[in-house]
Amino acid sequence: MSKAYTDHLGRPIVAVTGMGVITSLGQGLEDNWAALSGGVSGIHKITRFPTEGLSTRISGTVDFIELPAENAVERSYAMARETTLEALAQAGLSGDFNGPLFLAAPPIEPEWSARFELADRAPASERPGDAYNRFLAAMRQKADPIFHEAVLFGSISERLADRFGTRGLPVTLSTACASGATAIQLGVEAIRQGRTDRALTVATDGSVSAEALIRFSLLSALSTQNDPPEKASKPFTKDRDGFVIAEGAATLVLESLEAAIARGARVYGILKGCGEKADLFHRTRSSPDGGPAIATIRAALADAGIDETGIGYINAHGTSTPENDKMEYLSMSAVFGERLPSIPVSSNKSMIGHTLTAAGAVEAVFSIQTMLTGTLPPTINYQNPDPAIVLDVVPNAKRSQQVTAVLSNSFGFGGQNASLVMTDEPA
Amino acid sequence: MTKSANDVVITGVGIVTSQGVGAEPHVALLNAVEPPKARVETERFAPYPVHPLPEIDWSQQIAKRGDQRQMENWQRLGVFAAGLALDDAGLKDNLEACGSMDMIVAAGGGERDINVDSLIVDEALKRNDREQLLNEKLTTELRPTLFLAQLSNLLAGNISIVHKVTGSSRTFMGEEAAGISAIETAFARIKAGQSTHTLVGGAFSAERLDIILLIEAIQGHALGEWHPIWSRKPENGGGMILGSVGAFLVLESREYAEARGARIYATIDAIEGDRGSREDGRLEARLRDLARPGAALEPQSTVVFSGTSGFHDLARREKAFLESELAGRPVRAYGGLVGHGIEAQFPVGMAFAALSLGHAAKVPPFDPAEAPMTAPAKTAIVTTIGHARGEGVAVLSAE
Repeated sequence: MSKAYTDHLGRPIVAVTGMGVITSLGQGLEDNWAALSGGVSGIHKITRFPTEGLSTRISGTVDFIELPAENAVERSYAMARETTLEALAQAGLSGDFNGPLFLAAPPIEPEWSARFELADRAPASERPGDAYNRFLAAMRQKADPIFHEAVLFGSISERLADRFGTRGLPVTLSTACASGATAIQLGVEAIRQGRTDRALTVATDGSVSAEALIRFSLLSALSTQNDPPEKASKPFTKDRDGFVIAEGAATLVLESLEAAIARGARVYGILKGCGEKADLFHRTRSSPDGGPAIATIRAALADAGIDETGIGYINAHGTSTPENDKMEYLSMSAVFGERLPSIPVSSNKSMIGHTLTAAGAVEAVFSIQTMLTGTLPPTINYQNPDPAIVLDVVPNAKRSQQVTAVLSNSFGFGGQNASLVMTDEPA
Repeated sequence: MTKSANDVVITGVGIVTSQGVGAEPHVALLNAVEPPKARVETERFAPYPVHPLPEIDWSQQIAKRGDQRQMENWQRLGVFAAGLALDDAGLKDNLEACGSMDMIVAAGGGERDINVDSLIVDEALKRNDREQLLNEKLTTELRPTLFLAQLSNLLAGNISIVHKVTGSSRTFMGEEAAGISAIETAFARIKAGQSTHTLVGGAFSAERLDIILLIEAIQGHALGEWHPIWSRKPENGGGMILGSVGAFLVLESREYAEARGARIYATIDAIEGDRGSREDGRLEARLRDLARPGAALEPQSTVVFSGTSGFHDLARREKAFLESELAGRPVRAYGGLVGHGIEAQFPVGMAFAALSLGHAAKVPPFDPAEAPMTAPAKTAIVTTIGHARGEGVAVLSAE
């Protein structure tokens, strides 16, 4: 292999040759980027279900995709399909994809409507707590293959694999809020292993429901500043009070640079390095010293073969929770030291909310777009800076600035940490 | 086969099934002359039989009661089995090795609070504003900790907390395919030098009405009394009996394992998964491709651990395939002995294979339809055909 196609460790360089994205801001990279760089918020009042009596009544749900049935599987699949169609079109690929599929998808459970339907056709209750015995009796009477398929975790990747002709057994994964980044990392690894010239990496999350919202509420993770909705997500400010739950999807077509060049594909960016490190401190909280997040960022830089001076912009995890933003600042400070205040760091979540499973991939797409356009997207709602967090967050309005290397962070429940380094050029 | 530094070797096995806790009782049954006897619970979830957990002292692997309480049974079982694997590999409490150890977990999740769900559907039968009711009841009745205790990636999260495995943490989902992909991915990473040592596996709790419902939605359960897996009949239900199982492996590159003087059970020579339509012989065509690395193995000293779910059509087709394509190699359908473990099904088969090869076992038949072995196992093949989709085959050899 020519040296031009291998990295500092002699591994195949991985290029991004296609991208697609959906968020509450709209469908497609063009519309999303116009809104995102224009400082527009996609956060709105929830209309999908009644919110009376709930402490959080806002979200960044995606309500404009047509679905055959209103449920998390159909919504997550439809968004993944649409972003993949966009990414493959951008990549100029048609027909069977013929490479592996790595899908970050939300853990899905039966919809409440399905439980109510079962209860309606089940025998009457004989004692408290016997709903599932009755559900089982109903199923013995009449099977429901649609119910079965709708709660299998493998059902979304199955449909994507059939639709796009991917090769082998698709991987469906969850690393909580780092899932999108992990999907990309698995694609990069597969290409570096020489197992494939290309990989389809997809992340999707269409799982906002009353129960999902209430679960995060019970953990005090969500913003309760409902009015006005577009002001709720305010990363790195003093009055940030939680994240805004949201939906979205993104697809990246990854190819070895050599294969991409050989077929004359346009290279939009390079997936230069990936890093990860698990945290053992707590189920929802990060190590107070930021150790695992620091190790994650350093691992991504080392994998990319660049040092901290090479990073020109950071796409922060920036959830707008008191805990994350403080910890992320601490870890970035440890890695970038005195230079940190001079590195622009913005949070897409100030506008699109936290797209959970999809976030790492959605933000990777926006990171590459940042380099392609020479425009830094802003952190909006930055009115009252947290004095303990000294960052150039690209406050409130976009900035024209060319950057050549971007770091994107993703941190999640369960001690999940993943960072990606992307560059505009291979070298 | 020639040995090389990046061979992927199994150095630790953590297994829990209805047959017992840890390697010891499982090695004993694999080495026994007499066929093992299945343990089945037929009363508690009647008409659905399940292979139940054995008696477990959770504190042996999860010292803090506070940690135990933060998990539902499925997570607890996985964390326990992971601890057994680390112990077995001699890596438990080795902070340096665990701190750089990679981890891939095949996870399900989604355990429900049966009482809260019952309360809500009962109340809903009397009301028209069901969505409003949901908000009221979920806000007041849900245990805040249940979300995390049943969340898919929190099995891995708890392994990090309890056993301090923190090199990396990835959770794969998607039923049987998750278990296949987890080991396939760990294998590929070690082969390529992307990892030196990886903890990989999964767990499954069968003793849950909500998971029994999943399979009953396609009327997949064998009903009533236990019958041998290769001879279950449609008049006794769909053929599958779920089993509570946990299985984790410590995989290492040969170089890493030998440098620390680790005991090696077996080498994974090949592993691959695939999927697609099962119509018109396409399942068999894929199995043929997946099993190709095993086709040349000496029949007498090869044992095939079949992960058949017991679904009638799939079991019949797998049996016919094994009999024609891997003829003469004794088959052991371990799902008939310990039950079907969905995400953990393939890891359980890998654990059985590793223990058999490490102890040169002449594995007794698990089922009346299975032939005895005439020589100790030197090579093994593990199969899993997903109950809805996905297939995987691994080929292993003894040291």
